[in-house]
Amino acid sequence: MVKYSILTIARNALTGHKNWPKQWRSPEPKSEYDVIIIGGGGHGLATAYYLAKEHGVRNIAVLEKGWLGGGNTARNTTIVRSNYLWDESAAIYEKSLQLWEGLAQDINYNVMLSQRGVLNLAHSLGDVREGVRRVNANRLNDVDAEWLDADGVKEFCPIINISKSARHPVLGATLQRRGGVARHDSVAWGYARAADALGVDIIQNCEVTGIKRDGGKVTGVETTRGDIAAKKIGVVAAGHSSVIAEMAGIRLPVTSHPLQALVSEPIKPVIDCVVMSGAVHVYVSQSDKGELVMGAGIDSFNSYAQRGSFHVIEHQLGACLELFPIFSRVRMMRTWGGIVDTCPDASPILSGTSVEGLYFNCGWGTGGFKATPGSGWCFAHTLAKDEPHALNAPFSLSRFESGALIDEHGAAGVAH
Amino acid sequence: MLNIDCPWCGKRHETEFRYGGEAHIARPEDPAALDDTEWAEFLFMRKNTKGYFAERWLHNNGCRRWFNVIRNTVTHEIVGSYKMGETPPKLPKSAGGAK
Repeated sequence: MVKYSILTIARNALTGHKNWPKQWRSPEPKSEYDVIIIGGGGHGLATAYYLAKEHGVRNIAVLEKGWLGGGNTARNTTIVRSNYLWDESAAIYEKSLQLWEGLAQDINYNVMLSQRGVLNLAHSLGDVREGVRRVNANRLNDVDAEWLDADGVKEFCPIINISKSARHPVLGATLQRRGGVARHDSVAWGYARAADALGVDIIQNCEVTGIKRDGGKVTGVETTRGDIAAKKIGVVAAGHSSVIAEMAGIRLPVTSHPLQALVSEPIKPVIDCVVMSGAVHVYVSQSDKGELVMGAGIDSFNSYAQRGSFHVIEHQLGACLELFPIFSRVRMMRTWGGIVDTCPDASPILSGTSVEGLYFNCGWGTGGFKATPGSGWCFAHTLAKDEPHALNAPFSLSRFESGALIDEHGAAGVAH
Repeated sequence: MLNIDCPWCGKRHETEFRYGGEAHIARPEDPAALDDTEWAEFLFMRKNTKGYFAERWLHNNGCRRWFNVIRNTVTHEIVGSYKMGETPPKLPKSAGGAK
């Protein structure tokens, strides 16, 4: 792997930038791997990278049915934060945020992490109490958190409307200064390049069509590019997790829904933080290109279509305009949808299954992007050791039988 | 936006309805006899079908009655709707082909 630095940029400038090597190989699949990761998004690639780096597993393949990072990795609103209410969630998301903070150096790839601060607005007395409670819970878990009153919100984000006559007035907000945004493509590409350098085979355009088993143990996968044997399989297929689970004859508690997002035409820098509101339900930040990036909640119905209904977008833009009347004449440029796998308790599943050697990392719902490094790190540990790390042990599939749910509905401010 | 055919009121916009998830999940006949795995199965495990899917909808801004719909979760094509307790409509020949 060519190390990216100012020296390599200078050296390549001498040859007109025509001799940069490819960032990763496109190998033919081998007949057998120690570990196969199904799904070449951020989480899958991070899993492969940490398996190779932290656990010395080198015979790994990542199978991707389309192209790298073309699913939810490319379809989210790139918000990164760790201010979750419950201890279990705070621990795994904070691990992830800490990995984010060193990620660009670790994988030698600029993931453009911008810790510009994330506001979660409160619009009612209930919201205020919940927000203050979450700030205190975060601090007890060593997660940075502050409470701002309405004037403090206005000072942090001057364009916001804190008028008391608004239908849902801004009464205050939680602030996580270490939260922010990162560059979605860079995360997938950076992990892919770093994993490839450690010998991981990244195989694109290779759709898994079956899970081969022998006596309750996985033996490999059937794919559109032939059968591949494997000792262990990690499924990191987001919205398609249930489809893979069905191939292995197991059931999951997840349902797949469209989650829509949209960007405006590029405008001059106007908002230098992330603003989220669970009550009026929108989240807004501005990309480096100047586009306002907005998202909200899922479409209610099950879908695998990567598109949703227009009234959902209409609703979130209504919310956006209440908070930011200044945006009223900004034109929207693009909308899209991703298929998110939501769990009944709005918490993920990183777990073994009743099939030996088959592991699932799914159920991240609407909040998976921020978790990419931590998810991969924990899942790699689980795959390598055949047991979960303390950070992801609470996120087992068996919690739906034991009842030890991690109910982040609302607790996390709804909008991830 | 989906146009959903309420069996009582006819075709209306999706915004008049609430989604109810997978249809035909029968409540256990003898709840006390279920073990934890069976409860998890009933409460949480879902089909999440890719393709033709039987689901419940509530016409909450209309007649406020529940009914079932067969819809393709890939194309969003609605095959038909039917009242609770009725037999589902026949699926098109390409059923399940929407991989």
